Amino acid sequence: MRQALEGSQAIAQTVALCRPQVIAAYPITPQTHIVENIAKLVADDKFECDFVSVESEFSAASVVLGAAAAGSRTYTASASQGILLMSEVLYNIAGLRIPVVMTCANRALSAPLSIWNDQQDSMAVRDAGWIQLYCADNQEAVDTTIQAYRIAERTELPVMVCMDGFTLTHTLEPIDIPEQAQVDEFLPPYTFSRALDSRNPITVGTLVSPDYYPEARHAHHQALLNAQDEIIRAHEDWSAISGRSCCGLLRTEGDADAKIGILTLGSVFGTLYEARAAHPELGPVRLIKLRAFRPFPVAAIQEACAGLTDLVVLERALSPGGGGIVGNEMRAALAELPDAPRVHSYAVGLGGRDVPLDIYARALAAVDAPTPERFAVLDAELEKLPAADR
Amino acid sequence: MTDKTDSKDIDIARLREHQPRFQGITSGHRACLGCGEALAARLVTEAAGPDVAIANATGCLEIFTTPWPESSWRVPWMHSLFENTGAIAAGMEAAFKMQGKSTKVLAFAGDGGTFDIGFQALSGMIERGHNVLYVCFDNEAYMNTGIQRSSSTPHAAMTTTSPPGKARMGKRHLKKDIISIVAAHHIPYAATASVAYPSDIRKKVRRAMDIEGPTFLVIHSPCPLGWGHEADISIEVARLAVQTGLMPVIELERGEVTGVMPVREPRPVLDYLRPQGRFRHLFADNPKAREELEHIQALADHNIEVYNLRGEIADRMDSEGADTVRRGGMRWA
Repeated sequence: MRQALEGSQAIAQTVALCRPQVIAAYPITPQTHIVENIAKLVADDKFECDFVSVESEFSAASVVLGAAAAGSRTYTASASQGILLMSEVLYNIAGLRIPVVMTCANRALSAPLSIWNDQQDSMAVRDAGWIQLYCADNQEAVDTTIQAYRIAERTELPVMVCMDGFTLTHTLEPIDIPEQAQVDEFLPPYTFSRALDSRNPITVGTLVSPDYYPEARHAHHQALLNAQDEIIRAHEDWSAISGRSCCGLLRTEGDADAKIGILTLGSVFGTLYEARAAHPELGPVRLIKLRAFRPFPVAAIQEACAGLTDLVVLERALSPGGGGIVGNEMRAALAELPDAPRVHSYAVGLGGRDVPLDIYARALAAVDAPTPERFAVLDAELEKLPAADR
Repeated sequence: MTDKTDSKDIDIARLREHQPRFQGITSGHRACLGCGEALAARLVTEAAGPDVAIANATGCLEIFTTPWPESSWRVPWMHSLFENTGAIAAGMEAAFKMQGKSTKVLAFAGDGGTFDIGFQALSGMIERGHNVLYVCFDNEAYMNTGIQRSSSTPHAAMTTTSPPGKARMGKRHLKKDIISIVAAHHIPYAATASVAYPSDIRKKVRRAMDIEGPTFLVIHSPCPLGWGHEADISIEVARLAVQTGLMPVIELERGEVTGVMPVREPRPVLDYLRPQGRFRHLFADNPKAREELEHIQALADHNIEVYNLRGEIADRMDSEGADTVRRGGMRWA
């Protein structure tokens, strides 16, 4: 049923439909509305769950790890400093191959302190071994959350559903919340094959010598690569049930014969989508929305970029001293192609800087440069800085 | 495995009946000779029985019991990290509760994982009232990483990060009073114990197992390597810690002291300190060393007074009588 809902409300209702038995969370802006709404649903007896209000993000991640290892479906949500604080646990959850689903309400990192949106938080833990799915709008966040449980439980890998803080979490939109029966059909009761059980004792989290460590890491990497199929299948199967389709690993919009492409993650895609429709005079452009950043879908990316001469990457993150995180990975992925497009790498919208419609024209203008930009913060106003910092 | 029993058919109560001395941790692990922690862990799991699941902090116990692909554990056991054991246990407990299981969750950690880095998760676990028995094996330093000082290290003890020298006499600070801090959470049951008194440990574990809520047990467990004593006197050393008053063996309910193991004739702290290399520098001929010895005796005297360790009347279960069969002593359990 379509309702006008804030993104966070929609996520809370969706999580309840997925029937997690244990939820643990610690408040951090802009994740708070999600967990507040869940707490209220639990208080109103709308669904049965142990909502554990913990004393830190470190414990939030640890509680869901313990609960998931004991065989329960779980949920947590965080953002920004909270993601960094729980990062040690995030690596541990993934390494132990425990299926956990969490929402990252993407927010900038301190210092300087910013409560506003960018994606530096989830990007900072990109090597934790989690599946990371980035959502362009709240409907996609709802559908992705449901799919995330099936992906996590079938691959025994944790899934982080990334949605832009405020831009999505605090925005009221018409959202279709699925029926309980639809979700139940898609997510049958869950049995974890390696659950802690006193009738069948197992040992989890042992010390591993150099004789086994590389194999464990290889298996983890391979599991993430293999998860691409499960991500695609979850999307297809949920589309069949829900009648809605967002995308599997990525989504392309626009002319198949366009020579110029723009790739982004998250809600910036919606801005580009609108701008493209409003500015046909700027020529044919292919828009690419990367939904799965981990696993990094190299084959799908190569296919999506086929025929392009130029690809502009707009990402709400950077690796200081390195450059564009997604931009550099795109260069590596495309370098294998015989006619690899030139990659222009930009950060935009850091720390909540508004990404207006005219970012589309600015991104396209960058293509005219004689040499592609290795990396720049596209919307930085350098005149605000002392000369030495420009 | 060809004849795998369907685990659902196993009756836990019957299993326990058939194994009155169920051992959750078996021999063959790689603990050092005379390890107090290994013995204490065995005693705890014996008393707790098979229907448990353990969350274990990083540390010696984790390392010496689980060198992949081997494991000494006969109960479900999980190690996640160093500082989150209270939270892992809380999550396991929440899950079992939601699944309608009676499995009791135990949390095992050393003093570093309890007094220091895992303290916040422990406090949160207790505050939220999770039904978990948290056991701290207290060997008074970071032994697994090579004997570094923790906030549980006793005053004046030598560790690799509190070495004695011209300007220092070992650790400058006092041992953190963890039992009082934990008891201040108004926890249903908190107790100290010593590996020198096995039946006291069993009694306390059984008591905690019967309580629906957070319980805490700290077990003083010598580390021959870290304390610098012979491996065959671990129990004697542990017993002397109790008999001198340096390690009061007490029970607290909702923050009130409700049980004390009396010390009939307190022994001088010198008897406890002398066999241990970590206090060797206190026996040097200098005024600073003498001052520290007096200081440590004063700490013991303080404990004896605060907890009334001498007791009111003769008690056969005092620190002399308990668990000393050869002396005609008694056992609780």
